Amino acid sequence: MSRRFETASSPHIKPKTSVTKVMGQVLLALVPGIAIYTGLFGWGVITNIVIACVTGLAFEMAMLQLRSKPFKPFLKDLSAVVTAVLLAVAIPPGSPWWLITVGMLFAIVVAKQLYGGLGYNPFNPAMIGYVVLLLCFPVEMTQWQAPLADVAETCRSLGHTFNTVFSAGSCNVDGYTAATVLDAARTAVSQESSVLNAASGFVASAGYEWVAIAWAVGGLFLMWRGIIGWHIPVGMIAALLIVATTGWAIAPERLLNPVTHLIGGATLLGAFFIATDPVSACTTVKGRVIYGALIGVLVYVIRSWGGYPDAVAFAVLLANLSAPMIDYYSKPKVFGYQ
Amino acid sequence: MPSNATSETTVWSFPGGLHPPQFKDLSNTTPIVKAPLPQRVVLPLHMHIGAPAVPMVEVGDRVLRGQMIAKPEGYVSAPVHASISGHVVSIGPRPIPHPSGLEGECIVIESDGKDEAIAPSETAESFTEVDPSHLRNLVRQAGIVGLGGAAFPSAVKLNPGPSKNNSRPVDTLIINGAECEPYITCDDRLMREEAEEIVAGIRVIMHATGTTRCLIGIEDNKPEAQAAVNAVLTAQKAGHIRVVSTPTIYPEGGEKQLVKVLTGKEVPAGGLPSQVGVICQNVGTTRAIYRAVCKGEALTSRIVTITGRGVNSAQNLEVRIGTPIEDLINFCGGYTVDVERLIMGGPMMGFALATDEIPVVKSTNCVLVATKGEVNTEVGDAMPCIRCGECATVCPVKLLPQQLYWHSKADEFEKTQEYNLFDCIECGCCAHVCPSHIPLVQYYRYAKSEIWEQEKDRRKADGARQRFEFREDRIAREEAEKAERAAAKKKQLEAAKAAKANNAGDAAPATGAAAALAKAKAKAAAAKTADANGGVNEAKAAALAAIAKARQGEPEDKGEAALSPAQAAIAKAKAAAAAKAASTDAPAEKPANNAALAAIAKAKAAAQAQNADKNAGKNNETLSPAQAAIAKAKAAAAAKANANASADAAEKPTNNAALAAIAKAKAKAAAAQSGENAEKGEPAADSGKSAALAAIAKAKAAAQAKANTAEQAEAPAADQTEPVLSPAQAAIAKAKAKAAGQAASNSESSETTEALSPAQAAIAKAKAKAAAANAETKPAESNSEPAPDAGKSAALAAIAKAKAAAAAKNKEDES
Repeated sequence: MSRRFETASSPHIKPKTSVTKVMGQVLLALVPGIAIYTGLFGWGVITNIVIACVTGLAFEMAMLQLRSKPFKPFLKDLSAVVTAVLLAVAIPPGSPWWLITVGMLFAIVVAKQLYGGLGYNPFNPAMIGYVVLLLCFPVEMTQWQAPLADVAETCRSLGHTFNTVFSAGSCNVDGYTAATVLDAARTAVSQESSVLNAASGFVASAGYEWVAIAWAVGGLFLMWRGIIGWHIPVGMIAALLIVATTGWAIAPERLLNPVTHLIGGATLLGAFFIATDPVSACTTVKGRVIYGALIGVLVYVIRSWGGYPDAVAFAVLLANLSAPMIDYYSKPKVFGYQ
Repeated sequence: MPSNATSETTVWSFPGGLHPPQFKDLSNTTPIVKAPLPQRVVLPLHMHIGAPAVPMVEVGDRVLRGQMIAKPEGYVSAPVHASISGHVVSIGPRPIPHPSGLEGECIVIESDGKDEAIAPSETAESFTEVDPSHLRNLVRQAGIVGLGGAAFPSAVKLNPGPSKNNSRPVDTLIINGAECEPYITCDDRLMREEAEEIVAGIRVIMHATGTTRCLIGIEDNKPEAQAAVNAVLTAQKAGHIRVVSTPTIYPEGGEKQLVKVLTGKEVPAGGLPSQVGVICQNVGTTRAIYRAVCKGEALTSRIVTITGRGVNSAQNLEVRIGTPIEDLINFCGGYTVDVERLIMGGPMMGFALATDEIPVVKSTNCVLVATKGEVNTEVGDAMPCIRCGECATVCPVKLLPQQLYWHSKADEFEKTQEYNLFDCIECGCCAHVCPSHIPLVQYYRYAKSEIWEQEKDRRKADGARQRFEFREDRIAREEAEKAERAAAKKKQLEAAKAAKANNAGDAAPATGAAAALAKAKAKAAAAKTADANGGVNEAKAAALAAIAKARQGEPEDKGEAALSPAQAAIAKAKAAAAAKAASTDAPAEKPANNAALAAIAKAKAAAQAQNADKNAGKNNETLSPAQAAIAKAKAAAAAKANANASADAAEKPTNNAALAAIAKAKAKAAAAQSGENAEKGEPAADSGKSAALAAIAKAKAAAQAKANTAEQAEAPAADQTEPVLSPAQAAIAKAKAKAAGQAASNSESSETTEALSPAQAAIAKAKAKAAAANAETKPAESNSEPAPDAGKSAALAAIAKAKAAAAAKNKEDES
């Protein structure tokens, strides 16, 4: 008795991974950074993340509904959660709920779903959300909290954070927030004073330097797991360090030193988690190095001479714009063609 | 790096690749087992790349193992051999192992259980003394194809051909023992168990290809196989053959990938390894080549890995080609309960089979019986591409799979080709690593087949367009020609009308070629209307053709007017002859008539040719009268001949005999005359003679035609009739020729040539009339008595001669 079988196209071997697994590992890699961040800055980090995730998933569902797409595969893929967490850790901890909601609205609805959902967004959704907030709500977006150690005891509790998030913040007073190193440097430059003492921590803003290092740890984990390649982070960090060292060698009084560039601000978060968003980045090997380097240079230029200290977001978006062209001109030499 | 003796060999790397789970230990721990003799085998005729083989047996034939049952068709092809002894039970389409699931022509052999082998064919145990081309032939006759999966005829591969300008001579043989695909272990087991035969095969191939070194590429996950081959090499002190341990990475077993790994050379895209001085053979193929060359065994069995968790006892089997997979599964303990998919080949590049009736073919290295847990069952649940680029990272050809996918999906096939779609080897790496589970390879196959389809359609459309354009051209050309002809005809008719109006009855100089031709045609037409006989039409057609020929024969640089008299005369004569022929001939004599006409036409053409020859340096008009005379005389003779023919057909051979007697005499006289002409030493005489000779020949042909008619009437007399008649003809022709000769000599001496042509024309016309009259009277007379007939023809000849003489005199007088 012969037997009949279903047929399928090769390869038959089980796929190695899935979008959910990829996104899950990205979230896992964010954990050390989030943990350090929360430890140093309190509940505000967590409230940011929770609100962003809830609103982000809600927007995603609504848009999937409107676009008649199935919920399960697209909510399960965790891409909305990654976007939410990235935006949540990019904005000041303990941001008001509405600020986060507006940010997620732009990130998920406009930047992602209106362009066709997962895989079709030309820009990094989290960075779109961030830039929209920065442009619309500059005050709220510059309320960078000082480390818990420097904050009054009354402002450290979860309840207090809830108050800050869901009503007009009661701790919105001096001493609760502090200028970041990049802000300080900008101010110093505008006041024609030296940038040398801009750092409040050992090299950068107090507390944020440790968070930055924690992001890098997560990023290395992703590289080790093969989720991200070395090309974009190395390209970006190397380019930033080269131009920053050059600049610092020329004008150490006016321009920040390369180490501050590296671990002050969002450089490491950007290099490992934001610039590496595959959808909006380049896809060729050479293209990715160029893309990373472009971001690195743009970050330096914006920080040193731009109007905003939030250089990573702008640099990533500008590089997103150039990605298709870079891809086009960086096609690899196909095997067998000399 | 390997630690054994092979470590000195540098190993390169190829781009991309991956490390899929191996699952090789399912089947590589037990020795190869001979599968039981199958009850029946199904042997597809197309088990190789190239043209399918052509069956050499009929249903019901008894065949022996190793007997060729289908022969190769063309160079890139391979024969098929019976793999068991038994009877051919059917030849026809059956399911074959092909991704399409389509059926193919197969020969089915029912076993007689004896497994009787055919006597081993020629062997070359001492192959080093055998010419490489002979070795290739042995390999070809044994039906050996690439057993690694590609099934390319090995004999073709063994002939690297002359090295091209930009490529080096082939000096390296690479033996592919990489076996990079998961699950498959047939080459592993073969190397462990038959290393000696493999090495012997290597020596055969090296001799056949003239290669000086050999690298055996074996992945480092097969240390036992490496050791086994190394042991043989060490024992044989074969320094020029080396095992190279290569890192385990899929798809290293790909030919171009292995060449890169072992030599560092990239085989050009679309090219062959021979272009970088390398040829590549699989270990299984190498062993088969050894057995074919040294043992005289055709390829009737191979090693197949039966593996996967869907079969109870995974192992390697030596299987007769054509054995249904079902038999093998049963031998291996049957399916497990959770069997999901049957795959021929490995899990990366193999194809799923719809049924286990399908037979093992030459390229079947593995049958993977997979459970649900082993294969991807989420087909159709693909997520959107997130451009992660993993596919590009693992692509061994350095393609951009996500771009290819994007353009394939959008049916942008030109773009896919820009991204080198056709360099894709369909290894499946990209699809395996895709987090979105996009069936990338399927998209590429789709795009490829669409492009092929479009290409086919385009070629078809091109062909159709070309045919259409050609047809249009032809129609246009034909129409133009038709219009031209119609115009010419109209002009001729008009000219003829005018000529008729101008010249009443007598021979006036033709005003132009067109007029003369038109006249001739008109006459012919008249003849046609006078007689409704089919033969007339033919006669007319012949006349027209002759005119056309005569016209074509004219050198172009000559003025039309200069030739016109000659043309006119010829045409007239012809027409008259045709008319006569038409009126005198009974339907039965058509052949004779036609022959006569043909003779006339030929004579004319010859005359024309001569005319042209002689004309060198002379005024061509001087000759045309002569031509005209010749032609006319000939025409008359032909007409007479026709008349005779009709008489002959009706009468007896005695008549012919009489004719012959008279004619002979005449012929003698004619010969004498022509001799005289020659003696005169006049240049014109030569031409006249040659014309005469031509005329004789033609007359003979005419006579032959007549003789044939006579033969029909009375066969025994046939022998006699031929020689008898021809002298008469010859006489006539000679008379003509003499006249022509004289005419020619005359015209040459004369300066005022134009004056001659009217006279000539007049004479010719008179002659033609006389001939016509004769011809008309003849049939009636000839019925009564044979003698008068003969007498008459003699008389006619005499008349012709006289006329010719008169003409000559006339000319002389006039000049």
